[in-house]
Amino acid sequence: MSDWVEACGADDIDEEDVMRFDHDGRTFAIYRSPDDEYFATDGLCTHEKVHLADGLVMDDIIECPKHNGRFNYKTGAARGAPVCVNLRTYPVKLDAGKVLIQIG
Amino acid sequence: MEATLSAMPSRRDYSLLGRDAKRAVETGLAAAEWYHTDVPRKQMKELMQRSDGPAIRDTIIWLSALVLSGAGGAWFWGTWWCVPFFFVYGVLYGSSTDSRWHECGHGTAFRTQWMNDAVYQIACFMIMRNPVTWRWSHTRHHTDTIIVGRDPEIAVMRPPDLLRVVLNFFGIVDAWHAMTDMVRNAAGNISPAEKTFIPEQEQPKAIRIARIWIAIYAATIALAIYSGSFLPLMLVGLPRLYGAWHHVMTGLLQHGGLAENVIDHRLNSRTVHMNPISRFIYWNMNYHVEHHMFPMVPYHALPRLHELIKHDLPAPTPSILAGYREMVPAFLRQLRNEDYFLKRELPPTAKPYREEFHNDNDAVAAAAE
Repeated sequence: MSDWVEACGADDIDEEDVMRFDHDGRTFAIYRSPDDEYFATDGLCTHEKVHLADGLVMDDIIECPKHNGRFNYKTGAARGAPVCVNLRTYPVKLDAGKVLIQIG
Repeated sequence: MEATLSAMPSRRDYSLLGRDAKRAVETGLAAAEWYHTDVPRKQMKELMQRSDGPAIRDTIIWLSALVLSGAGGAWFWGTWWCVPFFFVYGVLYGSSTDSRWHECGHGTAFRTQWMNDAVYQIACFMIMRNPVTWRWSHTRHHTDTIIVGRDPEIAVMRPPDLLRVVLNFFGIVDAWHAMTDMVRNAAGNISPAEKTFIPEQEQPKAIRIARIWIAIYAATIALAIYSGSFLPLMLVGLPRLYGAWHHVMTGLLQHGGLAENVIDHRLNSRTVHMNPISRFIYWNMNYHVEHHMFPMVPYHALPRLHELIKHDLPAPTPSILAGYREMVPAFLRQLRNEDYFLKRELPPTAKPYREEFHNDNDAVAAAAE
């Protein structure tokens, strides 16, 4: 059974930026793309468990703040060393100005 | 957790597979959470922004100067007039590539990734660092900076081997190791130490690049023999020796004489004010505390980052000469007492070191001996 969980307000995240969201002992990263779309992934880099919310969003890429490893945050695909393992992604929807993510 | 500066009863074991490597993992020093100065997200985002402009400009200047000085050296080959040209060429080949390799390896120099990759490959060849091996060793260097047994890039281990340090100003030890590693990798051999930080799927790439490089050096040597002249080797290979001095001079200052086994870059890294030419060659890596604390910030933004967080950092060392005036005596003292180190003093505006991690009573006592 999957639940939609309110993560933040839509305006809480700047365009082309990322925000941390903690829920039920887990941590997620919520993204707002340059095209004003929203996405969600696991919050920690698969390389060394650093919070991606401190990283840099460039187009559809999130770069880890520790070692500059890169992921496509829309698909979760690892896109540059030193990351080799993909990120898990989560469905996102907007509802009444809020960002909701579906946590499996 | 016992992450301290304590004087240790026995010699350090810098091997990546040795006693101190195991101890670092057991005590939580490996892959630890490091201190960061608080910087508002908005300002950090501005500092992290990527741009192609500064690195394209600097790369055009660098490559143009490289070609012109190399051409001048070749033109005047056989006369004393070639010396100043090769002096410049050597530094651009054997020292500028240290910072180009580094910045492009982080992926921060250019916004466009293929530009980072292209300059990275060229610089790695010139500085004789396998682009696969060193990408991963540098990742470890940032995870476990100057943690004994974990960091594969500790330039001066204690007690310091000063003969090795001096020889490396001419690239002698490093280039020898680089060549033997290249031959070993080309033979398909990845060492046990390399296997600790290079993922298995990346290891064939390290072998492939080593074979390509051997082919290039073999062609250069063949050309030198065919032409009966050292000139081809003066342009490819040897500049790693006669031009190494600048990158060794600046590189030793990064961590030399400072603390080991701490998780605060303010204690184990050094920011040094330098002249504009050295900063161009070094691509602003003189802001080394800032770089380690925030490796996402491109080299051209490091001076701005420095201004923003300097209230929380030790005072920068005012010059290269001042750096050597404090570092060399520390090295000499470490010959007698390897637990001695230079402790960076923080300004009153800084957040204090976390004494639970950096309780240095024993080390201070050792330093006072």
